[in-house]
Amino acid sequence: MTTLIRGPEAVTLPAPAPAAKRRGRRLTITLFVLPALVLFLLLVVAPILVAGYASMFRWNGFGGLPTTFIGFDNFTRLFGTEIFRQDLWNLTVLVLLSVCVQLPFSLAIAMLLNQRIRGRTLYRLVFFAPYVLSEVITGVLFSLILAPDAGMANQLLSVFGIESEWLADPDTVMPSLFLVMTWKYFGFHMMIYLAGRQNIPNELIEAAQIDGASSWRTFRHITLPLLGPTIRISVFLSVIYTIQLFDLVWILTGGGPSHSSETMAVTMMEWGFKRSQVGYASAISVVMFVLSLVFALVYQRFVMRRDLEGATTTMGGRR
Amino acid sequence: MKRSLMVIAAAMLVAGCGGSGGDSATTETGQSGSPGKVTLEWWHLSTAEPLKTLWAQRAQEYMAKNPNVTIKATVLENDAYKAKLTTITQSGQAPDLFATWGGGVLKQQIDAGLVKDISADVADVLPNFTPAALSAYQLDGKTYGLPTDIGLVGFWYNKKLFEKAGITQPPATWSAFLEDVKKLKAAGITPIALAGKEKWPGHYYWAYLALRIAGLDALKQAATDKDFTKPDFVAAGQQVKALADLQPFQKGFLGAAYSTPDGQSATVSNGKAAMELMGQWAPSVQKDSGKGLGEDLGFFPFPAVEGGKGSIGDAFGGGGGLAVGVDAPKEAVDFVKFMTEMGNHSKAVEAGGVLPVLKGEENAVKDANLKQVASLLASASGYQLYLDQAYPPAVGQQVNDSVAELIAGTKTPDEVAADITEVAKSEE
Repeated sequence: MTTLIRGPEAVTLPAPAPAAKRRGRRLTITLFVLPALVLFLLLVVAPILVAGYASMFRWNGFGGLPTTFIGFDNFTRLFGTEIFRQDLWNLTVLVLLSVCVQLPFSLAIAMLLNQRIRGRTLYRLVFFAPYVLSEVITGVLFSLILAPDAGMANQLLSVFGIESEWLADPDTVMPSLFLVMTWKYFGFHMMIYLAGRQNIPNELIEAAQIDGASSWRTFRHITLPLLGPTIRISVFLSVIYTIQLFDLVWILTGGGPSHSSETMAVTMMEWGFKRSQVGYASAISVVMFVLSLVFALVYQRFVMRRDLEGATTTMGGRR
Repeated sequence: MKRSLMVIAAAMLVAGCGGSGGDSATTETGQSGSPGKVTLEWWHLSTAEPLKTLWAQRAQEYMAKNPNVTIKATVLENDAYKAKLTTITQSGQAPDLFATWGGGVLKQQIDAGLVKDISADVADVLPNFTPAALSAYQLDGKTYGLPTDIGLVGFWYNKKLFEKAGITQPPATWSAFLEDVKKLKAAGITPIALAGKEKWPGHYYWAYLALRIAGLDALKQAATDKDFTKPDFVAAGQQVKALADLQPFQKGFLGAAYSTPDGQSATVSNGKAAMELMGQWAPSVQKDSGKGLGEDLGFFPFPAVEGGKGSIGDAFGGGGGLAVGVDAPKEAVDFVKFMTEMGNHSKAVEAGGVLPVLKGEENAVKDANLKQVASLLASASGYQLYLDQAYPPAVGQQVNDSVAELIAGTKTPDEVAADITEVAKSEE
C-alpha cells in the first residue's frame, strides 16, 4: 500500500497514527490555516457583512454605528432610479462588446502571433505592455489623447476630415470607453490564449492537415474546441472585471456626460464618498456583490463545469 | 499564497500608517516643561500659485519660530480634496488642520464630533475679522474656524473678444446677457467656457439664477422645507436651459475639467472663450493653467433678472477657512491664528491670491478686478454660500448633478426640480 503513495503524502501518511499524533496534525493544520483564515474573515467576510448591515439603514457614515433602520428602502429606491438602469444597460453593453469584439480580436491576434513570423516576441511584448500600465495612468493618457480640442486623436484624424468629441459626447462616450478598455486588456487575453494554444499538441494539428483539412477547418474543429477551457476562463475574468469597472471610468469621464458612461461602482463612489449617504451606497455595493457572486456561481456550475473538475464547486467530484 | 499573504500584510501595514495619519499629532509635553515634538497634518486645496507657494512659506516661517512643530501639508485639487476629506472624516478622524467652506458640510462634520470648538482660543482675534468672512464658520454662536478668503462668483471676461463682437459694456440684465452671447456666437467666438465633467462650475448658473429669481430667503427656506419644485426654482432651471439652448459653451465642454491644460480655466486664459462664471480665484488659476489674459481680463457681476425677487446686490460665493480637528494639539489653533494675522495674511491678499478677511486689509488689494470684487462684497445686500457647501453633501451634489443634466439637455427644468427635491427629502 505505502509503495503506491508517492511524493509528500508518503511523509504525512504514516501507518495508523495514535490519537495524540492526530491531534498534533490538526494543530499543525490549524496553525497553518489560521493566518489566512483571519485575513480572509477580516478583509473579505467582515466587510461584506458590514455592507449588508449598513445597506438597511439611512446613514451618513459619520460617528459610530448606523441607527435609522429602514429595511429594504435603499434597494427599492435604487431599483427605481434611472441611473441604476443606465448602470445596468452600460454593463450589458460593455459585457457584450467585450465578449463579442474584444475577446475574438485577442484570439485572432494570439493565433497570428503563434505563427512563425519575424519579431513575434517583440509584438507579444508590445501588445502586452498596456496591461502592465496602471488603470489611472491609462486613464490620464487617454483623456489627453481624446481631448476634443488639442487631443492627439483629433489632430491625427483631422487629416482625414474626421472629428469626434469622444468622451465629451453622450453618443460616443461608450464606444470610446470600450476602445480604451480594449487597448488595455486585449494583450492580457491574448497572452492567455497564446498559453492555451501552446498547450495543444502540434501532432493533432499536423494530423488534421495530413487528412487534408483546410486551415479554417483545423482552427474550427481542432484548435477552438481545445482552447475551450481557456476561452471560458477568459470570458469569466472579462465579465467580472466589467461588473466592477471603476478606475478607468472615474478618470476618463467620472461617469458623464450626464451619467451616460456611469457604472455601478461609480454610482457607489458618488453616493458613498461625495454625498455621504453611506447606507444607500452600501446597498449599491451589495447589489454589485450579489451580481458578481450569482454570475460566478452559475457560470462555474454550468459553463466551466468540466474545467473545474475536482475543484470546490463540484464538491471534490463527490457529486 | 505566501506572496499574496505578504502583499496583504504589507497593504495592511501601509493602510495602518495612512489611517493613523489623522490623529498622529499628539503633544508629548516633556517633563521639563519644554514643548514636545508635534506634527500637524494640514490639508488644503490651494494648488494654484501664488497661494501654493505663499501657504508653504507661512508654514516654513511658523516652523522656524516653533522648532518643535512640524507641519505636513497635503495639497489636493478640489474634487479629490472633497473625496479624500469625506473618506477620512467618515472613518471618524479629521486632519489637525483642514480647509473648509463652512455651511452644511462643516455642520455635518461638527455634528459627528470631528471639529474643535475654538471659540475660547480665538476670542481675542475675532474682532479683527469682517463679519461676512467669519459667518460661514460660526454655528450656534460657536466658532469652528477662521477665514482665509472670502469672495463672490461673477463673470470673468475677455475685453478684447467682447469688443470684437461689438459689445461695448458688460450686460447688466439677463436678457442683455443672452443677447451678448448671441453676438459673440455670431462673431465666431465661443462665448462661455464650462467644465462639464466637474459639475460644480455649472451649478453656479442655476444657483445665481435662483438667487435672482426666487431670492435669498427662498434658497434658505429650501434648506429646511426641502421643496425645490416651487415655480421660481423651475423658472431658474428654464433660464439655464435657455442659455444652454444657445450652445454657448466650448467644443467638448461636457468632458472638460476645470484646471487641466485644456479645461475651463485654460480655455478662457488662452483666449478661446470669451468668459467664465467663476469665483475670486479665477485670475490666479487662469495664470496657472494657460497664457493668461493680463490687462484684457475684466469682471462683471451676475446680471439682474427682470422681474426677479432677488436684489442685484445679493452675492453668491464663498471663501475658505481653516478648521481644526477635534483631537488636534493646541499648536494647530495657534497656527490658524498665525496664518490669519494681519501681516501674514495680507501678503496673500497683495499677491492676488485671496481677498481681504480682516478689517482694514482692503488697501492690500492691488488688482483692479479683485478690487471690484472686494467692493461688491463690501456693499452686498445679502450673501448665499455655494449651494454644494451650504446644503448637506447629498443635496448639494444633486444640485450639481441635476444642473449638469439640464445643461447637457438630458433633463427638463421640471424633472431637475423633482430630482433635487427627492434627494433633499431622502436626507434626515
